[in-house]
Amino acid sequence: MFRLEPRGERSAFWTFSSPVLAVLLTIITMGVIFAVMGAPPLTGIETFLISPLLTVSGLSSLAVRAAPLIMIGVGLAFCYRANVWNIGGDGQFTLGALAGAGLALFFPNEAFWWFYPVVLIAGVLGGMFWAGIVAVLKLRFNANEILTSLMLVYIAQLVLVWLVTGPWRDPQGFGFPQSAMFSAGATTPNIFGTTMHLGCILAPLIAIAIWQIMGRSVLGFQLRVVGQAPRAARYAGFSNAKLTWIALLVSGGLSGLAGIIEVTGPIGQLTTTITPGYGFTAVIVAFLGRLHPIGVIFAGLLLALSYLGGDAAQINLNLPNAITGIFQGVLLFYLLGADILILYRLKRVRPVVKATVLTPEPAE
Amino acid sequence: MIEPAQVPSPRQPLLALRGIVKQFPGCLANDHVDLTVGRNEIHALLGENGAGKSTLVKIIYGVMKPDAGTITWDGRDVTIANPAQARALGVGMVFQHFSLFEALTVAENIALGINNAADRVGLNDRIVDISTKYGLPLDPDRAVHDLSVGERQRIEIVRCLLQNPKLLIMDEPTSVLTPQEVFKLFETLRRLAAEGCSILYISHKLEEIRALCERATIMRLGKVVAHCTPAQKTARELAELMISATLKQQDFRQRTGRAPVPRLVLDRLTIRSNQQFGTDLKDISFSVAGGEILGIAGIAGNGQSELMDALSGEIPAGSPKNILLDGAQIGHEGPRERRRRGACFLPEERNGHGAVGMMTLAENGFLSANVRAVLNRLGLIDRKRTRDFAAGVIKRFDVRTTGPEAEARALSGGNLQKFLIGREVVQNPSVLMLSQPTWGVDAGAAAAIYEALVALAELGTAIVIISQDLDEILLLCDRIAVIAAGRVSPPMPVKDATIEQIGLLMGGGTQVESEAEHVPA
Repeated sequence: MFRLEPRGERSAFWTFSSPVLAVLLTIITMGVIFAVMGAPPLTGIETFLISPLLTVSGLSSLAVRAAPLIMIGVGLAFCYRANVWNIGGDGQFTLGALAGAGLALFFPNEAFWWFYPVVLIAGVLGGMFWAGIVAVLKLRFNANEILTSLMLVYIAQLVLVWLVTGPWRDPQGFGFPQSAMFSAGATTPNIFGTTMHLGCILAPLIAIAIWQIMGRSVLGFQLRVVGQAPRAARYAGFSNAKLTWIALLVSGGLSGLAGIIEVTGPIGQLTTTITPGYGFTAVIVAFLGRLHPIGVIFAGLLLALSYLGGDAAQINLNLPNAITGIFQGVLLFYLLGADILILYRLKRVRPVVKATVLTPEPAE
Repeated sequence: MIEPAQVPSPRQPLLALRGIVKQFPGCLANDHVDLTVGRNEIHALLGENGAGKSTLVKIIYGVMKPDAGTITWDGRDVTIANPAQARALGVGMVFQHFSLFEALTVAENIALGINNAADRVGLNDRIVDISTKYGLPLDPDRAVHDLSVGERQRIEIVRCLLQNPKLLIMDEPTSVLTPQEVFKLFETLRRLAAEGCSILYISHKLEEIRALCERATIMRLGKVVAHCTPAQKTARELAELMISATLKQQDFRQRTGRAPVPRLVLDRLTIRSNQQFGTDLKDISFSVAGGEILGIAGIAGNGQSELMDALSGEIPAGSPKNILLDGAQIGHEGPRERRRRGACFLPEERNGHGAVGMMTLAENGFLSANVRAVLNRLGLIDRKRTRDFAAGVIKRFDVRTTGPEAEARALSGGNLQKFLIGREVVQNPSVLMLSQPTWGVDAGAAAAIYEALVALAELGTAIVIISQDLDEILLLCDRIAVIAAGRVSPPMPVKDATIEQIGLLMGGGTQVESEAEHVPA
């Protein structure tokens, strides 16, 4: 028999070991799932987790998939540190893509050197706008940001579908629900002659910048205080409203940036599905990375691998693409489970009863 | 296996601890501690905060396990693995901090502690029986949030007594009571002891122990330094056993004349509490002059935390005119603006309010001192200045720690409090407002804090101290006011105040109300 016993403090060891344990347990579970689905477990794991890393094109695909996850994940980690639970990264991603793409579609003949940065900024502002709605609802009406940000994801998705099937549909697109391709002036450049693009460089740079802001700036300090001890933040005179705004605008802006880079880069146009749930996967990325920007980089790479692995499992093993979602879900499940060890320890309960001690005294 | 029932001989002690050792990281909390509690005895466990008293009783109550040593109960060696086992043996404990659900009734709260459904039958009657028998009047159907702290303590005591304990452990029971309530509690405890329930009474209040306890075990720095009969010692002798150095008899009140101009004025301050069961502040007026120390006494939960929040600006006042700082109307301003004007403050709760436990001392210094000491540059934390600031406080206030990079939670309560008070004092405030400045602080640290406050007053700072420790207020303050049910009595000079008068005011007595001057002079 085992029992959970409070430690009384956070275990530093398990704060960092729990993601490792979660990943190991996830891999074992995936083996079982592969076996149940009729694929040899070891081959399945090899196909899913290792084969995508063995080729240069595989590695550059990994970077391409990881870039949006890291950008959104870093923003979410920043936000979660302040105890603001934005889970609407996907919606802010979509709005960022729409804002930048709208600009790119209406001005198809501009020069890259000035127009591309403007498109990116529009993307950031689009994401900020969508997250700003969450901030207003939270601060003005005390509406729970988890619910509002999630609901705004679906609204953003519907706006996207409406635009690409209606006003922004490509007139030369044979009626497909997609926009025109973006002009060269609004296209994210590839780098190193691979499929990798500018975002693959930007993402780790942003992570490092956010890391520095959180650790060194007065603003980052205020966010950490408000997240760890809201009363101490009040005592210090930090404005909760201002910090909530900043947390949401930063995470929304970074999601928006990821969105505009994704559509102007790998996708090249607006379609009805511009995100395979990056905004939700980034929630796992943020927690797996321990809400630390550098941890988020590694977590982003691992979760990006799950997308590639899903493709590989589909192609090579005839397994459904849903395997990616299963991997992510199982990983989050184990991570939340293993995180209990940060505050509790497993204790073996010995079924020995000291009968003599517990025997009640005869009445006096 | 059942041992043959042995008739407990009256000479055999009820509880004997021998050679108890408990090591915490970096601190030997109990160093071969011996303690013997006899039958029918009221035994004092005396010591400063941090002397190891709490650790010892947690071992007796099964909350912690000793690293070494034996526990003998009724003549038999026992190991107490958990509180349930301790209760089965007949140990009851009333903790300093109550664990009651405010929204539930007295009976419901007591029922929650009873696992066996059969034992809950007729609970109300038994509560009434026990509470009348021992002079602990309680209405089982009242909701807890309506009750005073004294009444809440009675719930905890009755909860223990329902289990017919042979030993009742009381941890600092009088810190929340009025003098009158203390008197009643002592009657109850004496009666219990006479009827066969021994009492282990933990306190650092010497006069109480002399009045109540037959024997005392005195601890210092984890060791037992003396066993004695308290009635045969003077309070001063006991205190000297408790702290190593000989007490300096200091009268902090003898200071040079104060500036006649009030620096802080509260004018008809009325505030609604932001807590569900908090206390609203009603029509509070007083003023404090430069160089003056005003003490605000009162029993916990009478609006102290709301008053502190109002003084710091965490809850803004209804109108700017409600609070004046050096003549400026600041009622509407928040903590940062008030700091900029020269006010400093420290709330009662250290963890998570006055300080952030998971952050370093340097960061905790930055928390409140950045405004006045400017510890940032271009929006970035100036790490050198921040570290130097914390190091300066650590040095000047003799904070025992590894340095500015130590996490606040790693410090003992007294050391952290010295750091936090120091953090405010070195900012040279024009008005300093503190709540419970020496709560959980040992006598040595308290003396250092008092000295720093007096020195600050000498420089012309107006100081407000909200405290439940009447001795502290009488020792330190020029004038005293009492907060009860969200109202503050008109301040009176400490030298004219009597304990009876203050006790009545603390209990919400209105005797002085008619003489109240509503606008401060």
